[in-house]
Amino acid sequence: MIKEGQVLRIGIGDMGIVHSPDLIRTSGLGSCVGIVLYDEVKKLAGMAHIMLPEAALAKKQGLKRAKYADTAIEDLLAGLKGAGASSYRLKAKLAGGAQMFQFTSSNDMMRIGPRNVEAVKKNLQSLHIPILAEDLGGRSGRTIEFHPDTAELHIRKVNQGESVI
Amino acid sequence: MSNSKDFMEGFGPLQLDVLKEIGNIGSGHAATSLSKLLQKKIEMHVPGVEVVDFDQVMELAGGADKEVVSVFQRMEGEAPGTMFFIMPPSQAHHFVKLMTNVSEDLEDDAEMAMSALQELGNILSGAYLTALCDFTELDLQSTVPSISQDMVGAILSMGLIELSQVSDAAIVIKTSLIDGDGEGGEDEFLEGHFFLFPDPPSYQKIFSSLGVREDD
Repeated sequence: MIKEGQVLRIGIGDMGIVHSPDLIRTSGLGSCVGIVLYDEVKKLAGMAHIMLPEAALAKKQGLKRAKYADTAIEDLLAGLKGAGASSYRLKAKLAGGAQMFQFTSSNDMMRIGPRNVEAVKKNLQSLHIPILAEDLGGRSGRTIEFHPDTAELHIRKVNQGESVI
Repeated sequence: MSNSKDFMEGFGPLQLDVLKEIGNIGSGHAATSLSKLLQKKIEMHVPGVEVVDFDQVMELAGGADKEVVSVFQRMEGEAPGTMFFIMPPSQAHHFVKLMTNVSEDLEDDAEMAMSALQELGNILSGAYLTALCDFTELDLQSTVPSISQDMVGAILSMGLIELSQVSDAAIVIKTSLIDGDGEGGEDEFLEGHFFLFPDPPSYQKIFSSLGVREDD
């Protein structure tokens, strides 16, 4: 008998970990980046929906760590290891980091999508976690769902249907 | 240094009432402009101001996955912030049909539809902003509004970026416009929602311009 998997939904600025057959999903990524770290052998996956490049950007202390690329990756790594993943087997898949609106503005925050992508890649590189697939940038929002049993990341965009990376 | 809780604790019933009034005045003006443009009676829903977490912001607009047409503009000047006017795609098409008096399917003329929506965005956000300036006597300018059709989460999260640096919660100043005639049944029903997200330091400026202290 096949056990039916459940879908764990990750909110904006949040993170979570699932084991196959469960799936993990986050909706409406714009400039935010969806980071998936997974261990194919253990069929374990963690996902974070980050909003900002680094915790040092925070103007106040004590905010949710899963909101920032650096602290989210740190916590995902710790969480996955705690759940039995081997850090040397961990791989990453990424989606998001779009620039939703195009116009000139003095506000640097309008460029937040590309800055988030840069920060995520820098942090993964320093931890020697390879990025196996990515769907980044562009001008479209994305809803993503990761399947730990197959290591597939399903990506849905408005008017562009679904793709799998 | 205070933490994020303190930022939201600066807002009591008085402060929330002031913000509600701002939403009220802004969308009231926008409703009047829209009513003139479409030669229809447009009414405003009772405005709401809520302190909610980021996911609930998306829920208030129909859920992070929901596809909407949005008019987005940055406000710059003494109290910077972000404003959105959000409507379901069917409503956007309906607005465009009313504006252009074109009855056939607008999919055929995407350029015309886009330019009509851009104009709608200009009018609504201009009216909203003018009302804000008059009421607060603050000097505010807006960027050219930008139109997009995409998921609620992808769009509204742009309004949370500034706020997310000081807080895990957001103050949502939401007001809605509806068709006041109530004629023509479901298909003719007009609906759209304004969301205003002042940048964190702007709250203090707005309150003090109206003679209200942040920690009253």
